[in-house]
Amino acid sequence: MATHEGAPAAAPAREQWSGQVGFILSAIGSAVGLGNIWRFPGVAYENGGGAFLIPYIVALLSAGIPILFLDYAIGHRFRGSAPLSLRRLGGRPLEALGWFQVAIAFVISLYYTAVIAWALSYFIFSFDLRWGDDPAGFLQGDYLQVSDPGVSLQFVPGVLIPLALVWIATLLVLGAGVAKGLERANVIFLPLLVVGFLVLVVRALFLEGADVGLNALFTPDFAALADPNVWIAAYSQIFFSLSIAFGIMITYASYRRRRANLTAPGLVVAFANSSFEILAGIGVFATLGFFAVQQGVAVGELEGLTGVGLSFVTFPAIVSQMPGGPLFGALFFGSLTLAGFTSLISVLQVVSAGVQEKFGLSRWQATLGIGGTAAILSVLLFSTTTGLLALDVVDNWANNVGIVGSAVLTTILVIWVLRKGPELQHHLNTVSTFRVGRVWIVLVGGLVPVLLGYMLLSRIITLLVEGYAGYPTSYLGVFGWGTIGLIVVAAAVLTVLPWRANREPFTAWPPYSARSTSSSRTPLQGGRR
Amino acid sequence: MTPLAITFLIVAILVIWGGLAASAVYLTRRPELEDYPTGGIDDHREDDAPAIRDT
Repeated sequence: MATHEGAPAAAPAREQWSGQVGFILSAIGSAVGLGNIWRFPGVAYENGGGAFLIPYIVALLSAGIPILFLDYAIGHRFRGSAPLSLRRLGGRPLEALGWFQVAIAFVISLYYTAVIAWALSYFIFSFDLRWGDDPAGFLQGDYLQVSDPGVSLQFVPGVLIPLALVWIATLLVLGAGVAKGLERANVIFLPLLVVGFLVLVVRALFLEGADVGLNALFTPDFAALADPNVWIAAYSQIFFSLSIAFGIMITYASYRRRRANLTAPGLVVAFANSSFEILAGIGVFATLGFFAVQQGVAVGELEGLTGVGLSFVTFPAIVSQMPGGPLFGALFFGSLTLAGFTSLISVLQVVSAGVQEKFGLSRWQATLGIGGTAAILSVLLFSTTTGLLALDVVDNWANNVGIVGSAVLTTILVIWVLRKGPELQHHLNTVSTFRVGRVWIVLVGGLVPVLLGYMLLSRIITLLVEGYAGYPTSYLGVFGWGTIGLIVVAAAVLTVLPWRANREPFTAWPPYSARSTSSSRTPLQGGRR
Repeated sequence: MTPLAITFLIVAILVIWGGLAASAVYLTRRPELEDYPTGGIDDHREDDAPAIRDT
């Protein structure tokens, strides 16, 4: 094996994508998830309709794409999962941030799997419209058997079985590896998702009342642009939609070969993600327009325009009233399942790669160890009668506190404290065909931490003062703040544990100027193990 | 649909899907750089785990 700068002979080669297309499809598969289908349409409608496009596009260009490039640069330059890359970049404190991201990904995988299991169940239910005349009652009663907030070990077989199936499929994909597992799954499922969803959208456009729904979504309310909350909603949507700032894109970029274009594929990924959101907006609101006309009400009077309510209550109700409803329902829930699955495998790869690299585990050891643990926790927490409530709270804290906090910390530590902006800009420009200027550093080091910092603080204050969705304070303490506490503790413990692999000195490639030589050759700081 | 809503639907499609098309065309025309600094050549080992204990 030849020895190259940055690729010491002692270091085993990294797994790699088979090529640029495989990486792009996998990155799009990760970005296009449940939020594209069930979150974007409702958020756009509630925040100015057509006028929302303006803050949305501004947010995409000024925060979404810049953070995506930051993740790519870190993972690709420092050749590792979030903990390894960040450790090579900035030593042990940054490694802790990497483990913080890994822990968030672990927590998210626990409940994300449950939602995919629900979608899988509803895919089956679509064929005989099993929810009957009362989808809300069916979801909470017959299907999830929701009880009061608390901890229950009363399992719901209807959730447990699909949840187990999703976990088995996930572990098989992860165990098969980056190219033969993750990439192959995305190469099959992403085109299937796009075709299936396109058929759904075309069908929706021919429904009676589709124009009513599209009018509601696209008619602009320009007054909304003066409301800061609309801009925050746009930045939130872009931020949560792109799979950025919690390790996924760092990990995915690390599997690209060293001489690989980063920024131009990144633009394709970012615009493809937003393109799917626009497509989802058209499909969902054309369908809602049909429902509103059937009910004899305005679209704005409908309930459940986002999230679980939209997908598992409103859509089933619509499917029941629609000619050819079972096929439409199968397309919708099949799309949700596929979109969720291609995102889930990316979330878990963050965890798997992190432990493989630190503890010298093989891929299957990590998959079975971490994935098995996650599967058991997921089944215990989310296939019981209290699963829906726990999911709601954990999701809110993991996203709004965990991921946003991770983004703020990353930008502040990497750009402000360690001043790595110029080195990462140099890296992007040395390997990519689309060059980024100094404005990129200004955006990721200036606008992003300020804006996301504001979002984070205001959300924390709101949660502390007002609570969340009427849940008991003690319950929020355990499942909300407790989740964040566990993530922090896990990050600290995993950082302190000794490295069993990847201990050799690392030289970043391409070389950066003499001014920063000391930092580009990092003998895995903290190598005092 | 109202003319205003149609206008914004078209603008959304042009800007976002147009952005996708433009970035895809850009990537097709410039898929990789022609010159890289020396070094940086991988020893590709498809689907082998990046860990020492992997055998």
